[in-house]
Amino acid sequence: MAKNGKAMHSLPGAEDIYRRVLSNGIVILARPNFNSAAVTLSGYFTLGALAEPDDKLGLTDFVASALMRGTEKHSFDEIYNQLESVGASLGYDSGTHTTSFGGRSLAEDLPLLLRLLSDTLRTPIFPQAEVERLRAQLLTGLSMRAQDTADMADMTFDQIMYPGHPYSRPGDGWPETIQSITRDDMAAFHKAYCGPRGLVIAIVGGIEPKKAADAVERVLGGWKVEAQQSLPPLPTFTPNRQSVKRQIKIAGKSQADLVVGAVGVQRISPDYLAASLGNSILGQFGMMGRIGNEVREKSGLAYYAYSSLSAGVGPGAWTVSAGVNPSNVGKAVALVEKELTRFVRRGVSLDELSDSQANFIGRLPLSLESNGGVANAMLSIERYGLGLDYYREYEAMVRRVTMEDVLAAARKYIDPRRLGIAIAGP
Amino acid sequence: MAAKLIKTTLENGLKVMLKEIHTSPLVSAWIWYRVGSRDEVTGGTGLSHWTEHMQFKGTPQFPATVLDRAISREGGVWNAMTFLDWTTYYATMPSDKIDLILRLEADRMVNSLFNEKEVASERTVIISEREGNENEPIFRLGEAIQQTAFRVHPYHHEVIGDMADLLTISRDKLYDHYRTFYVPNNAVLAVAGDFDAKSMLARIRELFEPVPAGPVPPRLSRPEPPQSGEVRLTVEGPGETTYVQVSYRFPTATHPDFFPLTVLDSLLAGASSLNMFGGGISNKTSRLYRALVDKELAVSVSGGAMATVDPFLYTFTLTVHPERTPEQALAALDAEIERIQSERILKQEIARAIKQARAIFAYGSENITNQAFWLGYAEMFARYDWFLTYLDKLAEVTPRDVQRVAREYLRPQNRIVGTYLPNGKGA
Repeated sequence: MAKNGKAMHSLPGAEDIYRRVLSNGIVILARPNFNSAAVTLSGYFTLGALAEPDDKLGLTDFVASALMRGTEKHSFDEIYNQLESVGASLGYDSGTHTTSFGGRSLAEDLPLLLRLLSDTLRTPIFPQAEVERLRAQLLTGLSMRAQDTADMADMTFDQIMYPGHPYSRPGDGWPETIQSITRDDMAAFHKAYCGPRGLVIAIVGGIEPKKAADAVERVLGGWKVEAQQSLPPLPTFTPNRQSVKRQIKIAGKSQADLVVGAVGVQRISPDYLAASLGNSILGQFGMMGRIGNEVREKSGLAYYAYSSLSAGVGPGAWTVSAGVNPSNVGKAVALVEKELTRFVRRGVSLDELSDSQANFIGRLPLSLESNGGVANAMLSIERYGLGLDYYREYEAMVRRVTMEDVLAAARKYIDPRRLGIAIAGP
Repeated sequence: MAAKLIKTTLENGLKVMLKEIHTSPLVSAWIWYRVGSRDEVTGGTGLSHWTEHMQFKGTPQFPATVLDRAISREGGVWNAMTFLDWTTYYATMPSDKIDLILRLEADRMVNSLFNEKEVASERTVIISEREGNENEPIFRLGEAIQQTAFRVHPYHHEVIGDMADLLTISRDKLYDHYRTFYVPNNAVLAVAGDFDAKSMLARIRELFEPVPAGPVPPRLSRPEPPQSGEVRLTVEGPGETTYVQVSYRFPTATHPDFFPLTVLDSLLAGASSLNMFGGGISNKTSRLYRALVDKELAVSVSGGAMATVDPFLYTFTLTVHPERTPEQALAALDAEIERIQSERILKQEIARAIKQARAIFAYGSENITNQAFWLGYAEMFARYDWFLTYLDKLAEVTPRDVQRVAREYLRPQNRIVGTYLPNGKGA
């Protein structure tokens, strides 16, 4: 029914993703979308929680938030005044391996957005008064986390499954570590790790890609950090020998959250698509796959019940989550364990696999319709070396996955005798 | 991009809104019913939301599992929402697959089963949904404020309903609610995206015109009497964090004051986004952020109104700084309100609010789902023109208008102040 096919989005690929590498190592990716009056800018750089000492947990998060709190040229209020006056936004979000940034504005205001990105990345001054304000906000966030049953179940799960490993540590730290972080810690951490090497930036929207790349090069092309350090390598971890269950009590709550699962797959692993399709069947497809069907539809135990697979640089968690009445926790955990056992014993049916394959392929246009969706797709291509034509070849790759592949992936990663079971509730 | 727009009403009273947008190979279809929690009386609170859940449980032609599977296979997304004034169902699909959704919506307008067993299993799901809400301090506080603000008007209860009713509502009561309100003459069908409007309209006629019109459903209309003085309340519960919500009585979205109030909201609490999809911007240079968060009386502040059919509330939400009292935070809020009521407002401030709104509009236009949402949503409380002329109406607002509405609406006699007091460490 499309009347106007040429103006429409097609899937991004080698001939319409513009890629430029600057002499300082910055990688720029750009793709136009002239149907939009706005632009999205997003990317990442190699400042990550992997480099945090145990007694300073939350340092990366603190630094990332503080980048926007004052630079050599502009105060906190001046930075946000410039952004908000034109309806633009810009922010940083820390992670274990990288810190990401994201912003958007009307296309006419992209130069402003880039200037502020460069300014906040390169010359933050961590003003003491702002650091203290931020500290109080972070500590309040931690008090709220302690009351959030879903957050506490997730955090407890990571502690169970990654003993002694950086993935067991909460990115937002603990009250005592946030208290102990000084302004000088922050400045030193920024100086050591924040630099152009490893920085990737994607721009999508109502602007010519070459012009967008020129604009980036103008503000960030001259950035050099001679002593930019690399993050320490990700250590390996020792898997548990048996299932481990831990319950966190939060008094006065009406509902308990549970997380049950295993350690999953890396994004670059050849098993990734098989595991991802398996996860879809297990707890995503339709009204949340087999898990949704058993826990919500058939048993009426929960309003939400689903599985998720977080595949990143390292092996992320493969989990089932649900929110249930405190009196039903035992029943729900038993149901989930039963489903996980069935999943690794008998695998999936051809019908189930073909449903999820069709879903993966069919949802691409929707996930790539907005500027932000395309920017994220290009960043994944760059981060994991997927190749510029990844989304063009995606359909064939998804279709190649067999029932045997899914079963093998399920068995490789999920052992029902070695699960992590985390519960947070009254 | 000249978007082609068709507005028409079928013989059975179903209003149809179509907008051609050829930017992505997608179509988003929304059906809106004029029924929400304000159509429920004591003993039946939560009926509209529960009915929405039952609409996913199948018809003889489309059993639940068949449908969900068919939509998901095509990579579509579908969901539903129940609000004070309306209930809506939407799906966004690859453009050549939207017919399935149209057939489904025509079918479940009349043929949903409301099977007794499904009603029973959904009862515990919804109770679980309510228990999840109750885990959130802001839900508990908001519920207390809402029931205090509306004694007479049926906006008095939360959309999810009271636990007492969730435990007792019967299948027949649900089915009766469904048959009363789910008639074509009480609905709007809005479709936006990559299609040919003329052939889309022909197909919609074919599918929906056979559905017979019903009696015009009743709508409760019990205006809330004027409030005669400030009301204060507290809610106690687990946690360590104190929250304050200050709710002022607000006019409907069609009231001429809605636009100066929108600018007032933007100046005080930052630009709000009414977009369902597409997001907004930060508020760190709003007057209240500067006065409360920069001055360390609160760790966050936000404000927001909702577009409603009858007068509802505008609410400021403050997360109180751990070293401050709720009274101190409230005093700082009051000082800022007084300032905007008495000191001159600059034209530039208004120009800034309008530029913010323009940017938020551009973000919202990036996705078809949000554009289709507006096509029907605006019809629930006004007309689609309300949306199309929104930016122009904001542009007409003067500093004098903003000051006038600040004085008129942000009076203590016109508000409910609620405080959530944490009862110490949770563990």
